Amino acid sequence: MATLWVGSRKGLFRFEDGGGGWVLAGPPAFLAAPVTAILDDPRDGTLYVGLAHGHFGCKFHRSRDRGQSWSELAAPAFSASGEADAPSVEMIWSFAAGGADRPGRVWAGTLPGGLFWSDDRGEHWHLCDSLWTLPDRTRWFGAGFDHPGIHSILVDPRDSAHLTVGVSVGGVWISRDGGASWTVGGRGLEAAYMPPGQEADPVMQDPHLIAAAPADPDRIWCQHHCGIYVSDDGGVSFRESRGVKPSSFGFAVAPHPHDRDRAWFAPAQKDEERVPVGGKFVVTETLDGGRTFRSHDRGLPAGPCYDLVYRHALIVDRSGERLAMGSTTGNLWTSADAGQDWQHLSAHLPPIAALAFAP
Amino acid sequence: MATTDMGTVRFTATLARHRAAPAAAAPGATVRAVLDAALADDPLLRAYVLDDQGRVRRHVNIFVDGAMIADRVRLSDAVGAASEIYVLQALSGG
Repeated sequence: MATLWVGSRKGLFRFEDGGGGWVLAGPPAFLAAPVTAILDDPRDGTLYVGLAHGHFGCKFHRSRDRGQSWSELAAPAFSASGEADAPSVEMIWSFAAGGADRPGRVWAGTLPGGLFWSDDRGEHWHLCDSLWTLPDRTRWFGAGFDHPGIHSILVDPRDSAHLTVGVSVGGVWISRDGGASWTVGGRGLEAAYMPPGQEADPVMQDPHLIAAAPADPDRIWCQHHCGIYVSDDGGVSFRESRGVKPSSFGFAVAPHPHDRDRAWFAPAQKDEERVPVGGKFVVTETLDGGRTFRSHDRGLPAGPCYDLVYRHALIVDRSGERLAMGSTTGNLWTSADAGQDWQHLSAHLPPIAALAFAP
Repeated sequence: MATTDMGTVRFTATLARHRAAPAAAAPGATVRAVLDAALADDPLLRAYVLDDQGRVRRHVNIFVDGAMIADRVRLSDAVGAASEIYVLQALSGG
């Protein structure tokens, strides 16, 4: 039985496929609560969910029984300082499992841009002070939200002390010592929204999502605000994919699990419109490390549509054959043939923020 | 013997969807003191009302005896003997 988790504006939905196709499996968890992040931990099957209640703030829930029951635990939080403008976590934007050699370690990226870790499966959270107190952190700024946020946390499968985080807006940050110290990566990224002469400032970059190729963790894909970029040195430097049709703007990227040169994207009209180019919805795929791209539209809407795919809403499973994609319009599609053909599962879900396959 | 300042805190019913929030009587001369006492046993419930810094959440309103509190940061509004403190969701929160 395959499981697909759908984190939406109105709760967490579960779809299952026992061989006959995906079906909705029961009512949602957290009905009416916006789901902002999901982790289905491949190490032990623990599920972690971040919620952002409209009134009651950021919440954190965990399930140890595959979603049959959930427990609320204290969410990551900033220490109370007494200062009027001191930070408060607005939402958990990303989770990451902390590596095979640290079984209870979970990372969480928040908005405002805090990186937190837990060594007991979310029972207690600790702020990564070294990143929060970086002088350059004060230069980060919000993108789509009032505050900057950490939406991407990469844990190197070869070395769990090697971390790479993506910040909107704040660039790509790399630690080789488990988060004790950080250096900025992202050389080669270009921020066209900056004043002339400052486009290459690595701290001013808006990587909408960074994702490492499982087959080669030094290969990092970046769907940036201003284009698609590829790194072969773990995010230290990037080269741009040029001439991508129909667009190199988007939020999501899904790297193939076994082929370092292959990845899928969900393009949109940059930057002012953020809808499919010409109302024509496609998924793009590169097979050659971002040098060329092809478009897939079989099973996707033929007519004008205005769906946007958020950064955590285009995913691929461990086989590389099964993909899932959810949109701001509440459409959910899956593919069983590596993105060539798409099946429309639902047009009636709430806006979708995040997807996760059970490992 | 001086009257002990005491407030009764009542929570919006919508909060009960997420966490048990029965009315609670607690001592204190300010909203901060009463809420701190009323929420001391349930830090998760506290986090539904107050943010990381102890400020009233942006889309939560607190009324004391029918008047919205003025100080959402330090919660210094006075609470009298037998005051009623209502914790409500603000419609601004959607």
